[in-house]
Amino acid sequence: MTTWNVRVNGREVSVEAPPMARVLDVLRESLGLTGSKEGCGEGECGSCTVLLDGRPTCACLVPIFQVEGRELCTVEGVAGTELDPLQRVMIEAGGVQCGACTPGIVVSLRALLDRDPRPTRAAVRESIAGNLCRCTGYERILRAVEELVGSEEADA
Amino acid sequence: MALSSPLSPLGQSPPRPDGPGKVTGATRYLDDLEVPGVWYGATVRSKVAAGRIRRVDGDAARALGAVVVTAADLPGPNVLKVIAEDWPVLAAERVEHVAQPIALVAAPTRELARRAAAAVVVEVDAEPAVFETTDPATTLPSGRDRVLASCRSARGDASGALANPAVVVVEGVYSTGHQEHVYIEPQGALAIPDREGHFEVIGSIQCPYYVHGALEHLFGPGSVRVRQAPTGGGFGGKEEFPDMLCAHVALLARASGHPVKIVYERSEDINGTTKRHPSRVRVRTGHAPDGTLLAVEIDAVLDGGAFITLSPVVLSRAVLHAAGPYRCENVTIEGRALATNTAPNGAFRGFGAPQTQFAMERHMDRAARALGLDPLTIRARNAYRPGDVTPTGQVLGDDTSALECLRVAAERADFLRRWTLHERARAAFHLRGLPAPGIGLSLFWHGTGFTGNGERKMRSPVRLALLADGAVEIRVAATDFGQGTEVVLAQIVADALGCELARVRFAEPDTDRVPDSGPTVASRTVSVVGSALFEAGQLLANELARAGGVVADLLAGQDELVVEAHYEPDPTTDFDEATYQGTAYAAYGYGCDVVEVEVCPDSLATTVQRALFVADVGHAIHPVLCAGQLEGGALQAIGQGTIEEMRLENGRYLQDRLTSYLIPTAQDAPDMETILLEHPSTMGPAGAKGVGELPADGGAPAVIAAIENATGIACGDAPATAERLLADLLAGHVVPGGSSVDPFGLELAR
Amino acid sequence: MTVALRPTSLSEALDALGANGAVAVAGCTDLMVVDHAPARAHATVVDLSRLPELRGVREDSGGLWIGAATTFAELRESKLVRERFPIVAEMAGTIGALQIQNRATVGGNIANASPAGDSLPVWMALDAEVEIAGRSGSRRVPYDEMHRAYRETALAPGELIVGLRLPAADEALEQRFRKVGTRAAQAISKVVVALAARVHGDELHGLRIAAGSVAPTPVRLRAAEALVEGQPLTPDLAAAAGLAAAREVTPIDDVRSTADYRRFVLARTVRRMLLACQGGEA
Repeated sequence: MTTWNVRVNGREVSVEAPPMARVLDVLRESLGLTGSKEGCGEGECGSCTVLLDGRPTCACLVPIFQVEGRELCTVEGVAGTELDPLQRVMIEAGGVQCGACTPGIVVSLRALLDRDPRPTRAAVRESIAGNLCRCTGYERILRAVEELVGSEEADA
Repeated sequence: MALSSPLSPLGQSPPRPDGPGKVTGATRYLDDLEVPGVWYGATVRSKVAAGRIRRVDGDAARALGAVVVTAADLPGPNVLKVIAEDWPVLAAERVEHVAQPIALVAAPTRELARRAAAAVVVEVDAEPAVFETTDPATTLPSGRDRVLASCRSARGDASGALANPAVVVVEGVYSTGHQEHVYIEPQGALAIPDREGHFEVIGSIQCPYYVHGALEHLFGPGSVRVRQAPTGGGFGGKEEFPDMLCAHVALLARASGHPVKIVYERSEDINGTTKRHPSRVRVRTGHAPDGTLLAVEIDAVLDGGAFITLSPVVLSRAVLHAAGPYRCENVTIEGRALATNTAPNGAFRGFGAPQTQFAMERHMDRAARALGLDPLTIRARNAYRPGDVTPTGQVLGDDTSALECLRVAAERADFLRRWTLHERARAAFHLRGLPAPGIGLSLFWHGTGFTGNGERKMRSPVRLALLADGAVEIRVAATDFGQGTEVVLAQIVADALGCELARVRFAEPDTDRVPDSGPTVASRTVSVVGSALFEAGQLLANELARAGGVVADLLAGQDELVVEAHYEPDPTTDFDEATYQGTAYAAYGYGCDVVEVEVCPDSLATTVQRALFVADVGHAIHPVLCAGQLEGGALQAIGQGTIEEMRLENGRYLQDRLTSYLIPTAQDAPDMETILLEHPSTMGPAGAKGVGELPADGGAPAVIAAIENATGIACGDAPATAERLLADLLAGHVVPGGSSVDPFGLELAR
Repeated sequence: MTVALRPTSLSEALDALGANGAVAVAGCTDLMVVDHAPARAHATVVDLSRLPELRGVREDSGGLWIGAATTFAELRESKLVRERFPIVAEMAGTIGALQIQNRATVGGNIANASPAGDSLPVWMALDAEVEIAGRSGSRRVPYDEMHRAYRETALAPGELIVGLRLPAADEALEQRFRKVGTRAAQAISKVVVALAARVHGDELHGLRIAAGSVAPTPVRLRAAEALVEGQPLTPDLAAAAGLAAAREVTPIDDVRSTADYRRFVLARTVRRMLLACQGGEA
């Protein structure tokens, strides 16, 4: 066991784990952050997507030793005390069904919107191509983003 | 406190109450629950498809500190009771499919459980196994009869009509393969034992009372309480299979004295759990020259896998939907479910109807070409109208909307003009090297609720509890695994009570707290459970009115007032299971899908670009969620029609992980438009029909029809992978006008 | 018990890799998959992802240098890469999805040596040289000699990939890339082809075509190249080259596709890519 220092959702944390422990397990089991889900264990489904130094990454494929001194943002770090507008519109537009893929999708979309506040439909599709959803057919997720971008433009 | 009376919430799309927990990650699914002292279970599985078990030795696993359970350790019968009693909890003398559970282990850590499972010694004398329904073997190697179920539905004289020389006869054979559900949350369950030998079982499940029944059969009455954890997708995959997994964790909890949890890894889940039944369906139709159906003869064979499980009812639904939403006086449909040495195939959204309607829809396209018609005209000529009679003799009601769905879809998509354009232009595409565009259409129906007299036997009870704070709690066994059950049922209750939606709560499905309102299957939650809840809401509203609307007066010091109602099917209807005559379903939803594709001229890879879904849902209680059901279901069906392939190698699925069993990503999904039609049924609340399964019927035939329009390749098999299309091309499976695929390089594949 | 080492310089990394059972990692997208849990339980893992000697994309008179620890996302985002070698950026965008592109590295894809590795035919077609370092010194290996057999590279034990050198691309350099997978994103290739050549009138010179997923290693399609090299490129010649390409490979039936399909698609893809060099439809 080694102690690792990582910034998680804006807070410095120290956590004990073997070096090759998966970040996903450390988040879920040591830090109680169970929003990141395991759907395949091989980087295919994206339900464990977190931001590593701002970039979407599958937490199941990252050993803890590689995140020493770096910054992680999980789905729990997307919202403050209130829902992020993206989260709200995901619910309202029907982008959420069973919810197992939702945390990963919220993280991927938040990263996209932070980089590109007015993404094309194709860019939204690409941003979540690594997040499998079996419930929605993706259409209502795309519309959620379109509604959000549309409403923010209307406000501006 | 009185209940207020705002506008009806039906037809609105209020936000789902489980939304905030899901978008923030706060919702605790099974594997997220903190359980003090939990042990981890693991399953020792068969590596061969058939064989005699010579030895199972758990000593080495026990030496590691694990508990081990084998068939010899079962307290009761070694069977999971579904329809028949042939599905063992753990293999005892024989194994009958790859990945069949043979022994269970539990240990304080996941890693130790994994090592202990690997340490269990299993010796099996392998036997030659049966994998295809076309295999002539009449028994499995274990000696069990391969016919798991059979049924027949007939009206008029199909063979007589087909023998008439004036009739144009069209014949075809169609098939669909195994399909995996790919719920994003894998199967999981947890059992917590108490000192009296009872269990609390929590699972990622669709049907708490199925699990309850299965465990009481194993451990005795009163032994178990079952609760549903928030469930990350089901699609039928968490209908009957969790009986097995919940039995396993309960056995391990009993053996170890600890809470025990099992969450399957993805490849274990794919190898060990149910799939959609593969099908092989022969269709013969007789037509008048204008396309009118004069006779339909269908022979459907489903691959049931190694045990009976739900195959008889899947087959029944397959047969009852097989002729599609088309009027015909002379129909004979025969179905059989045959055993093979694979994991039992089971419930999957649509429940047999997608397989037979795939065949019928592809066949209608074939018949149209044989008759010189287009796909729209042949369907319009034959689509059900109100007053038409189904093969079971059921007279269809005024809400029969097949033709309306077809008309709306064809107009909106400008179908006929574009289909004709692509037909004419087809030959030119390969010369330019451009992707070939195609458009395809499917028309389908889906019966709401249980088949035949199922709902009458069930008489689903539901309860509403008025609580002291004025809230009303819904107590039903209907589970939400994505559909939005909680908010939709709350809308129905709020409407019945004339109260605000926020007053209505949804009780966790817990067999200690909710009545057995039936399984969450068969598109029955809104239509059946919702109907009963509407009635309960009216009962409660009457009670409240008597008390002058004052909750405290009505409760008179009690904690709660509970009202119960039952779903009562129309008493004038009946279904005879021996003759397959009568009312097969209380209501039918109808749908028409139009799918547009481009097919790559070099690789024959299909890109699905746009899709239009027109569906008659009776009444859209929550239009956003309703559309979400249609779109998600359609994409699963489009996946089934294009890329979702499963092949067997020595009884093991070759595509047993998410890197090899591929489902559509956001970049594969088409732009979608959904149009909801509302032709109210006499069955559901406010006329609502079942919507969950309807979309599973239309996607695969529509997308393959579009591929045919683009390429001229007449594919009758799902999935129409690029490799399948190439094989069809080589085999000469092309439309009468010929294929447009440039033949360059074909000789390399011969 | 696994030991994870994070060397800060190339020489430290080489010392660490000299130990028995040491495994070099960078993006970890292969090692960390759930099935490999036993393999990583008792290894000495040497992380190369932050070695300064393995990072960056630079241009000099000889061409472009790409550090082995460059991620595919970094390749896509690099202006130099996009301008000089657009097929490299295009290829990088087809590796997994963003989550993988953000982690997986150029060196890792090469060392992992999957016959379906999407980047490998690109490096081969672009006539890359692999810079390899070992404790006894550095050497350069032409990419053609990098993949020796199924999942076997020219790397000796203890060696690591430092970077790739791509010869300078001028405006006459025609580059083409085509990946055929089962779905639009996150697909492992069924056939992947890369092509590079200089166009002189209606002739292609210095033509290099490489393909993946059609043999135990990525392969040059030399018979096809020889037919076309320096000849007036007609549709018939492109077709002949496509057929030659399909005949010189040894594809198999596997979980993803069939040998027949792979030959069929390779022939048509090579033909199409050649015609595209002449301004035909790609």
